[in-house]
Amino acid sequence: MITLSGVSHSFGGVHALDGIDLEVGEHEFVAVIGRSGCGKSTLLRLVAGLLTPSRGRILVAGSPVTRPRRDVSVMFQRPALLPWRTVLANVLLPTEILGLGDHRDRAHELLELAGLGGFEKRLPHELSGGMQQRVSLCRSLIQSPQVMLMDEPFSALDAITRTELSEELQRVQLARPRAVVFVTHSIDEAVLLADRIVVLSPRPGRIHRVVEVDLPRPRALGQVELDEVSRELRGLLVTA
Amino acid sequence: MRTALPVLGLLAIIGLWWLATIVFGIEPLLVPSPADVVASFLELPGYLLEQALITLWEAVSGFGLSIVIGVPLALLIVGSRVLERMFYPLLVALNAVPKVAIAPIVVVWFGFGISSKVLMVVLVCIFPIVISTASGMKSTPSELVELFRSLDATRTHEFFKLRLWHALPQIFVGLKVSITLAVIGAVIGEFVGADAGLGYVITVSGGSADTSLAFAAMALLAIISVALFYGLTWVERKLVPWAEV
Repeated sequence: MITLSGVSHSFGGVHALDGIDLEVGEHEFVAVIGRSGCGKSTLLRLVAGLLTPSRGRILVAGSPVTRPRRDVSVMFQRPALLPWRTVLANVLLPTEILGLGDHRDRAHELLELAGLGGFEKRLPHELSGGMQQRVSLCRSLIQSPQVMLMDEPFSALDAITRTELSEELQRVQLARPRAVVFVTHSIDEAVLLADRIVVLSPRPGRIHRVVEVDLPRPRALGQVELDEVSRELRGLLVTA
Repeated sequence: MRTALPVLGLLAIIGLWWLATIVFGIEPLLVPSPADVVASFLELPGYLLEQALITLWEAVSGFGLSIVIGVPLALLIVGSRVLERMFYPLLVALNAVPKVAIAPIVVVWFGFGISSKVLMVVLVCIFPIVISTASGMKSTPSELVELFRSLDATRTHEFFKLRLWHALPQIFVGLKVSITLAVIGAVIGEFVGADAGLGYVITVSGGSADTSLAFAAMALLAIISVALFYGLTWVERKLVPWAEV
């Protein structure tokens, strides 16, 4: 679904990424992990078409990425909800901008699944941080994307909410698998969610190692089987 | 409590004023007592209210016109770097000219009627509206702009679904500055050349040394300004409830 070949990127004299080759399957969940400043967010923005690579090629669904695509949705670190719009109107925003017609039933359904039934008419500031990020998740699902790009979506949340949302994302992915690139600096999140984990080394960002996570689903945080992979990753991040 | 305190403050000032006129035995010609002012209003209530309505209408229509011109102007300035470079300094220069200096010319151009007053109001009101709208639109958080970019939104969508909405609370700051200036603008216009309005009443009463009439007119101006300001605050609360947090 996503192909990166020889992708390098530099801006303002900073060499952010160097020679990235990566392939993400149609239903594959790939986590990208690394220290801060290793270019993982840049990588995501390149795939999203928000940045253009200095060198190399990026293909999504077989065609080169020149600008943001409508079958790709992006979820950011912060909820990025429009404060003047109700929860429902926020979820519907992509359908308005992309001109997709009436999606209200779908939006209600998504909100219901996210445990936000009854909150449709609320404004974002009336919701907790975790609920806001759930709304943001619903919004990135409303356009039925083939590819989801997630930039540390849970990193601003408290530990408990974080766990809940990671498990929820796992449910979403099991119900309807998509190509996902999930940038994180949390080892636990990566091991819980990913089919494959790409470890980046910093300055310039290069692929240090790719770890396959061949564990049955659904997984749960704290499960003993995950520990081994976590330990391996921790070791890799130290040497990265 | 919320209405009691301002009323109490007002009463205290009026009391002090009254006391001062009595204690120091000030000539009513110089400073009339509150009673003189009220009496002067009650002599010509219909006439004064009529003049007040004229000034109010000048201020409100000029204010409305400033929004209609100012907001699109701000959109253009934010939308085009070239237009911003070309016209922003001009706008600043225009604002720097004392409006009192322009007033006589405006009256020469537009006559003694209402149009010259409305134009004066526009001249004083438009600047805060353009500035607040433009800076509000420019300060849109980058994560929201990036969200719109990631949806490949058009400029029109970005402006009307994001930037303008985000600017609304700041636009209201500009509007609240403008609405009080609007009344001043109308009065400046009336001072220079008019045959109606509270500004005209003040000029005439000055000429006939009727100080208490001038005070009555000023009190009405104050009431108009306060009413307009709080009216706008009410609209703001209805329109941008999210901005209160």
